[in-house]
Amino acid sequence: MSSTGTPVARSEVIVPSRVLGMALFIATEALFFAGLISAFVVLRAQAIDWPPAGQPRLPIGVTGFNTLVLLASAWTMQQAAATLRRGEPQVRRLIMITAALGALFVGIQGYEWVNLVRYGLTTGSSLYGATFYTIVGAHGLHVLAAVISLIAAALIAPARSREGTDRTWLDPFRMYWFFVAGVWPVLYVLVYLS
Amino acid sequence: MSTAAIAHPKSFWREYVFSTDHKTIAKQYLSTGIFMALVGGLLAYVMRMQLAYPGQAIPGYGTIDPQSYNAVVTMHGTIMIFWVAMPILLAAFGNFLIPLMIGAADMAFPRLNMLSYWIFFLSTVVLLASFFVPGGAAAGGWTSYPPLSGSAAYSGGQWGVTLWLLAVAMEFAAFLMGGINFITTAINNRAPGMKLFDMPLMVWMQLGASIIFLFSVGPLIAGAVMLILDRVAATGFYNPATGGDPILFQHLFWFFGHPEVYVILLPGFGAVAEVLPVFSRKPFFGYRMMVYATIITGVLSFIVWAHHQFIAGIDPRLATAFSITTILISVPIAVMTFAFIATLYKGSIELKTPMLFALGTLVVFLLGGVTGIHLGTAATDIYLHDTYFVVAHFHYTLIPPVFFGFFAAWYYWFPKMFGRMLNEGLGKAHFWLTFIFMHVTFIPMFLLGFGGHHRRISNPQFFEAMQGPEAERLQIIATAGAIGILLSQIPFVVNSVLSLLRGAKAPANPWQANTLEWTVPSPPPHGNFETVPQVYRGPYEYSVPDRVDDWFPQDAKV
Repeated sequence: MSSTGTPVARSEVIVPSRVLGMALFIATEALFFAGLISAFVVLRAQAIDWPPAGQPRLPIGVTGFNTLVLLASAWTMQQAAATLRRGEPQVRRLIMITAALGALFVGIQGYEWVNLVRYGLTTGSSLYGATFYTIVGAHGLHVLAAVISLIAAALIAPARSREGTDRTWLDPFRMYWFFVAGVWPVLYVLVYLS
Repeated sequence: MSTAAIAHPKSFWREYVFSTDHKTIAKQYLSTGIFMALVGGLLAYVMRMQLAYPGQAIPGYGTIDPQSYNAVVTMHGTIMIFWVAMPILLAAFGNFLIPLMIGAADMAFPRLNMLSYWIFFLSTVVLLASFFVPGGAAAGGWTSYPPLSGSAAYSGGQWGVTLWLLAVAMEFAAFLMGGINFITTAINNRAPGMKLFDMPLMVWMQLGASIIFLFSVGPLIAGAVMLILDRVAATGFYNPATGGDPILFQHLFWFFGHPEVYVILLPGFGAVAEVLPVFSRKPFFGYRMMVYATIITGVLSFIVWAHHQFIAGIDPRLATAFSITTILISVPIAVMTFAFIATLYKGSIELKTPMLFALGTLVVFLLGGVTGIHLGTAATDIYLHDTYFVVAHFHYTLIPPVFFGFFAAWYYWFPKMFGRMLNEGLGKAHFWLTFIFMHVTFIPMFLLGFGGHHRRISNPQFFEAMQGPEAERLQIIATAGAIGILLSQIPFVVNSVLSLLRGAKAPANPWQANTLEWTVPSPPPHGNFETVPQVYRGPYEYSVPDRVDDWFPQDAKV
């Protein structure tokens, strides 16, 4: 026990604070998406025809490929965390690959949006368009935020590896990335396929 | 946490403005909250004057048109709930007390804590700015129901509601950070020896409130995002003309809105739970039962929301189910109330100011709780819905934790926060005046509501039932009471200012209490504890037989 008043030697810490804090944040985020999904389900159930006549169909194939891109990024993220845990030096490169895959995902989504707008699907064209842009857009912003957090992680990685002792600092980043990658297949099935 | 985060800051800015010290952040939240309470109180004055003397010039304001009246109603509710109750009860006292009560040097994430306050501060600026935009502040009620709030024509211009939504969203982001901090700190930063069931009830209540808040706020943010998009991107989620559903917003809003009641109630009850044993010199009656009741309340609070929508056209079978859950939630709350009363039984009661406010909380809340039964039952609610009976009811349930609970906490922890004692005489005057005028204000509202006075109507005399001299007399009594409540705060302000400047120096443990915050100097130094305390027992061991002192600090080694 230290005598400087620093919080060392606390009573039984089971889950480290940064993991617990991130878990709570993710729980809140999950409920945010649950709110959007419940609204989607209710509005869709009340609609007469879905999708409405004259509105373009959503690009299932390209977005399916994009789903695989995001799942691949979850795999590289896992590799980054595992590499860090083993004390190997590839961490920074794997983080950057993950961030690049995430950016690619957002880029393809944006490209598809441009096409859809050109075909006449906008936020105001129908509830079909409104729910699509709101749910997919909310998710896209989350991926973008997660990409920025990974760039920050890549920037601090060299300093962290010089300190050397902490091999779990990437955990909250990984958790958040898993969340944005993991919630996407659910949204894909719901919005595109069902 | 690194030692650098604990190191005492040197510059003025780091120490008083952009501080990461939980005690400084608590005081920042507290002062912002008290300032906003003043704004909210003055709005109530404008509202009450208009209701008692419709159309006449209000001293200090002038005449008020229906649109501005709606804005005043909306902002009064918004400010009192989101900018007074939450920052004072949750953010200020949670921040100040959680680390001190569990023997920690600071919060688990001090920098996140600082960010939380400054985002809250920005949200306050945005909200206050919305008074001065073209079209005026939001006027759609604090619940901001669409389709009214979705359309500029009904809700005070394009800017008012958009700024309102922005401010509320920022405020929730701030409390999200705060909530994550509170829960993580209470779970991970407890002093050695302090088990979960050794935590003071205030910490339990803050923990419960934070968890309820975190798990309810997500759907509301989703609902608010859709409302903003309805206004700026023509989405039409809540617009029946485009196939949207206005009731959807009510569900998303009240899924948060009703748990929010308990987010506010629990910290106020936490303060009462700390004060009662100290001024009764008795252990808290049924400590564990209190914790379980808190958890059950938290769980039930998520399945009662549709009782706000009994007349919104929901399925009557659904209304029955929600009536049952609503009445069920009064069981754990009754357990808490009985635990409070049993704590007093055969105690050596000392009626100091904090104790008066704690007892006042119970008395006033009891009336609020009992009138809730009529509103929770669908059959009676259909008659009473949206009348002043509802207004009186929720003031009777919210004023106890928000103001009486806050004042109990203020008089109890003021010596610890600022190192000075408050004046007892002024404190007691403050209590009795506030307590009496509280009833003068709100009992007439029950009667007016029964008589058919709708809420959010700028001129009640528009309705025949409100035209007679009897209704007018009740309106004037309620208004006199409201002015009385405002004036009753003068002793509070005078007492606080004088005590800050010239009050007697507070000892470390002026009330001879057990919890850890009383083991450090008043005010506590940066980093709180000189050595990490070792905890040996629960927080409420008063009047232990065969012991000279009638209190037994948690860190005393026999």
